[in-house]
Amino acid sequence: MSENKKALVVEDSPTMRHLIVFALKRLRALEVYEADDGVDALKKLARDHYDLVITDINMPVMDGFKLVSTLRGDAKYQDLRIVVITTEGAESDRQRAMQLGANAYISKPVQAAHVCNTTKMLLGI
Amino acid sequence: MARDDEDGPIEAAAGRGKAPIEPEDRIEELLAARQEFLQVFKRGAEFTEELMRENERLRYRVAELEKNISGVEAANRSFADRYVEIEQENNNLLNIYVATYQLHSTLDYDEVLRAITEVTLNFIGAEIFTVTAVESTPRGGWEPKLLVAEGLDWGTAQEVPVSPIAHEVIETGVPHFVSELEGVDADLSSPVVCVPLKIKELTIGVLSIYKFLRQKKRLASVDHELFTLLAGHAATAIFAAKLYTDSKRKLTTIQGFIDLVTSSSTSE
Repeated sequence: MSENKKALVVEDSPTMRHLIVFALKRLRALEVYEADDGVDALKKLARDHYDLVITDINMPVMDGFKLVSTLRGDAKYQDLRIVVITTEGAESDRQRAMQLGANAYISKPVQAAHVCNTTKMLLGI
Repeated sequence: MARDDEDGPIEAAAGRGKAPIEPEDRIEELLAARQEFLQVFKRGAEFTEELMRENERLRYRVAELEKNISGVEAANRSFADRYVEIEQENNNLLNIYVATYQLHSTLDYDEVLRAITEVTLNFIGAEIFTVTAVESTPRGGWEPKLLVAEGLDWGTAQEVPVSPIAHEVIETGVPHFVSELEGVDADLSSPVVCVPLKIKELTIGVLSIYKFLRQKKRLASVDHELFTLLAGHAATAIFAAKLYTDSKRKLTTIQGFIDLVTSSSTSE
């Protein structure tokens, strides 16, 4: 069994998803997976165990708020760390996501170092 | 007993039947004791001097170490600053890599425009911006065609397709940057950043940024390089996608014509 932690990046924009995945791949103790939206993320989370979810707020099909709320409503995902990506200045989005149970947030424009540091801090790697 | 205590040691010894100590011997004894004491004192003095010298050496060493520590601390600060710089450079390189990858990952015109929007929005941190293409007219001039409008509605953006600054950027091919961003409000007639989308010397469009998402106080030279580099990639991506779309359309037309001719000759 692999000792690596697993992260799932949930982002509808391929550009942003690619950026976050590429940044996280710098962390050796981490395996990174991708999902296009909230529904795709839930499917992948049901199939496999993940330690961290990094999700955008504005997504089609199922947005980041709904995803966080669904995950926190399920006892199975209580230990899952959740990071939301919000637009800088969108204080209400940040507060709502944290109230719903997110562990941390990252502001856009996303800085690779910030993504890595937040991930390391939450996963202790 | 009381007698012994009252008499001196010489008399006491004499009283007990021992030989009396001569005063000369007593003096020699005292001299020897004095000599011994002086030797001890001298050794003590030498030891003290040695300690003082050691103390001096240690003080000098401490001063040296303190000086070295200051140097190490300064070097540490320098390394920390450099680390932050390298991290920033890494971030920029990562942004450029991902942006160029996305821009050149498709030949679909709409997808290219979507990639340009995402890159400008998420990597550059622009909140209000437009991308305008420059199309040649039969008279040898050019006319603007709005491709992307983000942060403002399409109608408003079309009212001001090319600001005087953008006009000059298109004509000269030289980018325009406002260095100080503090207190600058979005003004559609005056973009803070206006970068030509150039393929070598050919300007095919212009990216105008009116407001940044991030409250940046000023633009650094690295930002200028980043914008120019991304604008160059955006230009080639737009150009390639447009050529591909045009050629595909022509190919479809030609294929349709060939099919028509072939079917006509077959029926005859």
